Amino acid sequence: MSLNIKNLTVYYQTLKGDVQALEHANLSIADGEIMGLAGESGCGKTTLSNSLILLKPPMKLISGTVELDGKPLPITDMARMDEYRFKKVSIIPQYAMNAMNPTRKIGKMIEELLHSRRVDYSTLRTELTRRLELVKLSPDILDMYPIELSGGMKQRMVMVLSTLLNPSLLLADEVTSALDVSSQKSVSEMLVEFRKREFVKSVVVITHDISILYQIADSIMIMYAGQLAEKASTETIIHRPLHPYTHLLISSLPKVGVRYAEKRLEGIPGNPPLLLNPPIGCRFRERCPMAFDKCVEEPPFEEIEEGHFVACWKEPKSYAQA
Amino acid sequence: MAKYFRRKLLIYLLTFIIAVTVDWCIPRFMPGNPVDLIISRAGLKGSAVSQMYTFYMQAFGLDQPIWKQYLNFWIAIFHGDLGTSIFLFPSPVTKVILGAVPYDLALLIPAILTSWFAGNNFGAFAARSKRLDNTLLPLGYILTGTPYMWLGIVLAWAFGIAWRIFPIAGGYSFAMRPALTLPFIWSLFQHWFLPFASLFIVQFGGWAIGMRNLIIYELEADYSHYLAALGAPKRLVRKYAFQNAMLPQLTGLALQLGVIVAGALATEVVFSYPGIGYLILQAIHNEDYFLLQGCFLFVVIGVLLANFIIDITYVIVDPRTRAGMQGGAS
Repeated sequence: MSLNIKNLTVYYQTLKGDVQALEHANLSIADGEIMGLAGESGCGKTTLSNSLILLKPPMKLISGTVELDGKPLPITDMARMDEYRFKKVSIIPQYAMNAMNPTRKIGKMIEELLHSRRVDYSTLRTELTRRLELVKLSPDILDMYPIELSGGMKQRMVMVLSTLLNPSLLLADEVTSALDVSSQKSVSEMLVEFRKREFVKSVVVITHDISILYQIADSIMIMYAGQLAEKASTETIIHRPLHPYTHLLISSLPKVGVRYAEKRLEGIPGNPPLLLNPPIGCRFRERCPMAFDKCVEEPPFEEIEEGHFVACWKEPKSYAQA
Repeated sequence: MAKYFRRKLLIYLLTFIIAVTVDWCIPRFMPGNPVDLIISRAGLKGSAVSQMYTFYMQAFGLDQPIWKQYLNFWIAIFHGDLGTSIFLFPSPVTKVILGAVPYDLALLIPAILTSWFAGNNFGAFAARSKRLDNTLLPLGYILTGTPYMWLGIVLAWAFGIAWRIFPIAGGYSFAMRPALTLPFIWSLFQHWFLPFASLFIVQFGGWAIGMRNLIIYELEADYSHYLAALGAPKRLVRKYAFQNAMLPQLTGLALQLGVIVAGALATEVVFSYPGIGYLILQAIHNEDYFLLQGCFLFVVIGVLLANFIIDITYVIVDPRTRAGMQGGAS
């Protein structure tokens, strides 16, 4: 197991109280697995990813442990965690377009960053050039400033930089969101290529776009309002989801070959709860067509069948057929 | 690149022409005229009054039509001739100003640069350190809100009158004649110190506050978070933040060089320090058109030059302005 998260709970401390952004997350990712992490805005996707690499105020760890490659990851210890960042865990941030210092040439910035991490830039230089060519960037861009690059080029540059030290775990946060459809495809294919070439071992791809995950992810995890709802292989999530939320989420996606002129595409009625003072128990129950008395207790995130985890009180098979 | 500088140069030229015109107008808007003042001071009577009046009006060229005076003024500027001072008659204005300039430069350049340097570094150092932030912030706001004149008076009173550590008036001891001797240089330093300190203290507060706020902003920028996520040490993150926060401060420096003239005026008046500011006050008191024009002209040239230098520096330190320039040139 590459990554092992046990009972991870992270809150944001605010003046009005704690925002309960991530509640009792249990999850593991295998070596070489590309896991998609999907859900609505504010469901805790980015919180989960940030708590694995840069857990700092106002974020606060309430409980939980994280293991990477069999060793505990000191996520709350900013100083000790530095040793793992970039080398073991790395991130392509949501804001990749603005991730580079605007007043430094890109190559110079990489050199200074590597130097500060006691990595020799000159020995990595050829590898860097090779990887730039792999993502169709000319090595000349190392002599340019970030402003001279297009959005897609910056995105690819950050991809190469983030994975330069071959981390075990890569957190790719909304890497395709700001791109047009063709760039989305090439960027997501690059992620797969990076894994194939073992630049990265496992990848967590965070997105709200499930169609991207369908193309590249081995497994998909669905989150709702800070709780894990369901995790299973991509095929299972798309075709045989068990959690009512996943079910509604997948059925609200448009399908190829269906004309929506006659039949309106259904959304999920209602809105996600506010996490400042969320309802106890299953947080989806107010919008859930299947909710019943038991749902006021928090359902455990349990393995129903091999590799298929669901957090729901209902007898899973009853609505899988419905 | 060349096109960018040509355009800049044109803007500076236009600004110069307008500023010089305003400069020429201002003294002439004052009620009365300098010749009246000379005559009344001379205490002349009878027909001598009108004779001397005509003589002086001709001597200063004030009897000519107003447009001709304006034209003559421009012609004279290009000959490097700023006219003759009326109140220090017959010293040429150029000579009077050149006599005051060294005092100005010696006072202002160290005050601006050291306060800029020290304030920025201290502000950057204090940003994000809770204890310093809680003490520096109120202190910085008080310092930067202090009027130069008030602080000057307080310093003069404390160090000059109460404790008698520093002299409070003049550029050097009245008992001395300018010479390149150690006692004279020591005297210069003693007279320089209080005006310098009053300028330094006020500006230090402003720079420190500004830098602190800018650093906090930069530390919250995306590139800072990314570096932190990749495990870059604080030192590198803060170094980048500092360098980027420096850019607005550079513009601030240029603006300050312009605004400082007024500040120096108040300070120089308080300490009777013989710089341009003090000269401006004397020129106004004596309705000395030519000296006043000359002083303002000097200020205008100084501000434009400072801005031009900062423009060039900015192009060197910020790649984004370079990119903008290329866009403008295409």
